[in-house]
Amino acid sequence: MNYPSLMLQLAQNALVLLIAPLLLGWTNQCRAWMQNRTGAGVMQPYRNLVKLFHKDAVLAHNASALFRYTPYILLACMWLAAALVPVLATDLPLSPAVDVIALAGIFALARVFISLAAMDIGTAFGTLGARREMLVGFLAEPALLMVLFTASTISGSTSLITIVETLAHKSFVLYPSMVFAAVAFVMVMLAENARIPVDNPSTHLELTMIHEAMILEYSARHLALVEWASALKLLAYSTIGIALFVPWGIAEVGNWGALPLAVALLFLKLALGGAGLAFIEALSAKMRIFRVPEFMGTAFLLAVLGLLTHFLLEAPA
Amino acid sequence: MFASFGVLPMDVILGVVVFWLVLGMAGLVLQNSRLIARIIFPLGALGSLALAGAALAGLDETSTAILPLGLPDLPFHLRMDALSAFFLLLLGSASIGISVFSAGYFRDMPKASLGPLCLEYHLFLASMALVFLADDAYLFMVAWESMALSSYFLVTTDHDQPEVRRAGFLYLLIAHVGAISILMCFGVMQGGHGDYTFGAMRHAHLTTSWASAVFFLALFGFGAKAGILPLHAWLPEAHPAAPSPVSAMMSGIMLKTAIYGILRITFDLLGMQLWWWGVAALALGLLTALFGVIFAAVQVDMKRLLAYSSIENIGFILTGVGLTIIFHDSHKDALAALALTASLYHALNHAFMKGLLFLGTGSILHATGERHLGKFGGLIRQMPKLALLMLVGALALAGLPPLNGFVSEWLLLQAFLLSPGLPQPYINMLVPIAAAALVLAAALAGYVMVKFYGVIFLGQPRDSSLAKVHDAGLWERAGMLCMVIGCIALGVFPTFVILHLDHVTEMLVHHSLSVSAAKTGWLLLTPIQAERASYGPLVLLLIIAGGGLLIALAVKKLVHGRLRRGPAWDCGFPAQTARMQDTAEGFGQPIRQIFEWYMGVVRQVPTPFDKHPHFHSETHDLLWNIFYAPVKRLNDAIGKQLGKLQHGRIHIYLLYSFLTLLALLAFVR
Repeated sequence: MNYPSLMLQLAQNALVLLIAPLLLGWTNQCRAWMQNRTGAGVMQPYRNLVKLFHKDAVLAHNASALFRYTPYILLACMWLAAALVPVLATDLPLSPAVDVIALAGIFALARVFISLAAMDIGTAFGTLGARREMLVGFLAEPALLMVLFTASTISGSTSLITIVETLAHKSFVLYPSMVFAAVAFVMVMLAENARIPVDNPSTHLELTMIHEAMILEYSARHLALVEWASALKLLAYSTIGIALFVPWGIAEVGNWGALPLAVALLFLKLALGGAGLAFIEALSAKMRIFRVPEFMGTAFLLAVLGLLTHFLLEAPA
Repeated sequence: MFASFGVLPMDVILGVVVFWLVLGMAGLVLQNSRLIARIIFPLGALGSLALAGAALAGLDETSTAILPLGLPDLPFHLRMDALSAFFLLLLGSASIGISVFSAGYFRDMPKASLGPLCLEYHLFLASMALVFLADDAYLFMVAWESMALSSYFLVTTDHDQPEVRRAGFLYLLIAHVGAISILMCFGVMQGGHGDYTFGAMRHAHLTTSWASAVFFLALFGFGAKAGILPLHAWLPEAHPAAPSPVSAMMSGIMLKTAIYGILRITFDLLGMQLWWWGVAALALGLLTALFGVIFAAVQVDMKRLLAYSSIENIGFILTGVGLTIIFHDSHKDALAALALTASLYHALNHAFMKGLLFLGTGSILHATGERHLGKFGGLIRQMPKLALLMLVGALALAGLPPLNGFVSEWLLLQAFLLSPGLPQPYINMLVPIAAAALVLAAALAGYVMVKFYGVIFLGQPRDSSLAKVHDAGLWERAGMLCMVIGCIALGVFPTFVILHLDHVTEMLVHHSLSVSAAKTGWLLLTPIQAERASYGPLVLLLIIAGGGLLIALAVKKLVHGRLRRGPAWDCGFPAQTARMQDTAEGFGQPIRQIFEWYMGVVRQVPTPFDKHPHFHSETHDLLWNIFYAPVKRLNDAIGKQLGKLQHGRIHIYLLYSFLTLLALLAFVR
C-alpha cells in the first residue's frame, strides 16, 4: 500500500458518497422524460436529503436501539460496497479485504438489518415489507452470487480487482456465459434496488410496496441516511455491472495518466446505465408480489445457466 | 506448554474426563440444588477450559495410551492425533459457555431431578471426549453408547410429559439403528482378523467393494446421529423436548461426533476414497441443507426452528466432506485441504452459533415459559442484554460478514469455484448446480434468522404477560457471552484458526493451507493465492464500524440531534394492535407457498357460511410418510402376527420351549 493509492481510495470513497444521489436523480429524470413529464431535475435527491436532514426526527414510542442505529449501519455497509468496486483504477488498497462473495455478504448484512429494523415497531406495514424484502432477497442473493461466480471462474479469481483486470485485458470476446449473466444481473439489480417491475420507488400504495413499507417509520435524518444508502446501493450495483460487463477504460496500476479518461468514461457509462434503467422502468409495469418469485427464479436460473455454459463450453479442458 | 511440566496433553484430557465423572457423582451426593448449580457446573466449565487448552496444545503431536480397563485381554486403546485434538478442542471450547449457562439455568430445579441430571450431563461430556479418544472399536462403541444413553436421559428430563417421552423414544430408536450400522461397519473393517483396534484396521487392505460397503455403512450409521436425510426425524422432536443447555450441547457438539466418525473412517481407517462416494455425500449434504432450511422457515416453535437449522448446517458440513473426497480421489490435494478446512471450520462455527441460540431460547423459556413463536414479540425492550447477545448469534447463523458463519461458507464456496478441471466431466457439470443449491440454502438461512429474531425480539408483544418479563440472569448471560466471543473471534481472526486446522488437513489429505494462508499476513485470509481470493474480516469490521461512527459524528456536528417520540406512523392508520403484525406462520407463508410441492401442507379453509370461521394450516414432513410410516406399519403387522403365538396357556408355552430345544439340538448336531 503506497501513498498515491491510499489517496485514490479516499478519493473514491468521497466520490461515490457524493455522486450517488446524482445517479438516482439522473435515472428519475430520464424516466420523467420518457413518460413525457418535465421531472424535478437531476438535483432533486440532494434537495430531499437537505430537507430531511433539517427536520426534527420523530421516533415511535416503542422504537428500540436497533431501529435507531440501523440507518448508520446501512449507510456504512453501502458506502463500503460502493467504495470497494474498482471503477476508476485497479489500485484500491482496501479492495483485497472484500472479494465478490464478501460483497454479496455485505449486501445481505444490510438487507437483514433493514428488515429487522422494519419489524421493530411492530406495525402491519413494517413486517409486511420485511417479509417481502427477505423473499426478494433470498432469491436475488443466490442469483447475484451466480453472476459473480461466472465472472470469477472466467478470470480464475473472486477478487474484484483481478476480475476487472482480466476482463479489461481481453480483446472484445463475447462470452455466451456472460450474456446470460448480464441478463440475470439486470434482473437482480432491478429487484435489489426496488425498481419497477419488482417494486416501485415512488409508490405509497399500501399493498404494493416493499422497500417503502420497510422505511415507513423512519423520518428526518434517519430517513435521509436510509435514502442515501439506497442511492449508494444503486450506484454500487451500477459500478459492479460496469466492472463485470464493460470494464474497458479503467486506469491500471501506476498508470495515473489514464485517470482523467477513466473518470470521464465512468460518468458516461453511469449516464447510459441510468438511462437504460429508466427505459426498462418506463416500458414495464409493476408485477404482483407473487409473480416476483417467478421473476427472481428466472434470474437465478439464467445465472446458473450462465455458469453451466462456462463450465461446458468455455472452460479450458 | 504442558510438556515443560512433564505432563502430556493426553494426560490432562484423561484427567478432565475423570474429573467430570467425579463431578457427576458429586451431584448425586450433594443435597442442595443451588449448591449443585453454583459449584458443580462452573467446575465442569473449568474442566472444559483445561480440555480445550490441552487439545490446542496437542494438535501437532500424536500420543497413544492403553488403559487396563474393560474386558480381560481387551484393554481400552486411546490415541490422540490432530483429528481427535481438533474435535476435543471443539468439545472443550463450546462446552465452557454451556456449563456456565447451566449454572444459572438449573438453579431452581428440584434436587430430585437435578442430581441425576448433573450426573448425566457430565457423563455425556466425558463420553463424548472418549469417543474422540478411542482407538479401538470396542471403546468407541462403549463411549458411543454411553453418549447416546446419557443424552437420552437428558432429553427425557421432563418425562412426565407424553410428547417428551415420545421424542426420547424416537431419538433412542434412531440412535440405535445407527449404532448397529456402525458396529457392522467396524465388523467389515477388521477384515476377518478379529482385531478390533483402529491400528489393525488401518493396515487391513479391503477390496473396493468392501471399502464402499464400509463407507456407506458409516454414512448411514453416523448419519443417524448427525440428522442426515432421511434419518433426521428425531432432531426436530428431541431438541424442543430437551432442556436448552442440553439442546445446545447436542446440536452444537454431539452432532459433530458423527462428522468426526465419518472423517475418521473415510480418511484415516480406510486407505482409499472413491470419487463417487464424494458425489453421494455431496448430493446428500445439499439435499439435507435445502430440506433443513426450508422446513426451518415454516416452523412456529423456536427450538424446532433451530433444530431444522441444525439439519441444514450438518448438510453444509457433509457437502464439504463430499467435496473433499472428490478432490482427494482426483489428487487435487490443495483443493481437498481447502474443502476439508471449510467443513471443519463450519463444524466449529456451528458449535458456537447454534449453542448460543439454543442457550438464548433457554433464557426466553425461563422468562416466559413459552416456546411458541406466536406468543412473543418485542422482547428486545424487556430483555435488551439477551437481545444483543442473540443478535450476534442470529447474524452469525445467517452467514453474514464479519461473523464466523460467513468465513466457513466463504471457504466452501471458494472450494467450489476452484473446481473446474476435475477429470470426470460429469462432476464438472454438477459443480455449478451444487454451488447454486448451496448459495440458495445460505440465502434462505438469512430469511430464517430474520424470522426467528424478528418475531421473538421485535415488534409489539403478542401476549400481555410479556410486559413483566425479566432479562436473563448473570450466569446465563456469562455463558452466552463465552459463545458470543467465540463467534466474533472465529469470524474476525480466521487466519489463526486455519493455521491450527492445518494439522488436521495435513494428517487427513496430506496438504495444508498454511503456506499460502500466512503469506499475506494475518489480516487477510488467502487460502490459495492472494490474487485468487482474499478476505479481511477485521478490516471489514473496522471499516463498517468506523464508517458508521464517522457518519454519526458528521450528522451530529453538521445538522442537529433533535428528536422526539410519537406514536408510530403506519401510513396514518389510527388503530394499531399487536395482532396486525406478521405472525410466525405469516412470515413463513411465502416459503410455504413456493416450496409447497416439497412439503405436505394440510389446510382448513373456512367457507363463506361458517359461523365461526377458522383457518388452520399445518406443515408435515413428507419424508416421514415415505420412509418411516411404512416401517411402522410393517412393524405393527409383524407384531400382530407374532401376537397369534401367545395364548396365555402354560402348556402351549411349554410346547414352544420343547420345539425350540428340539430345533437347537438338530441345529447343533
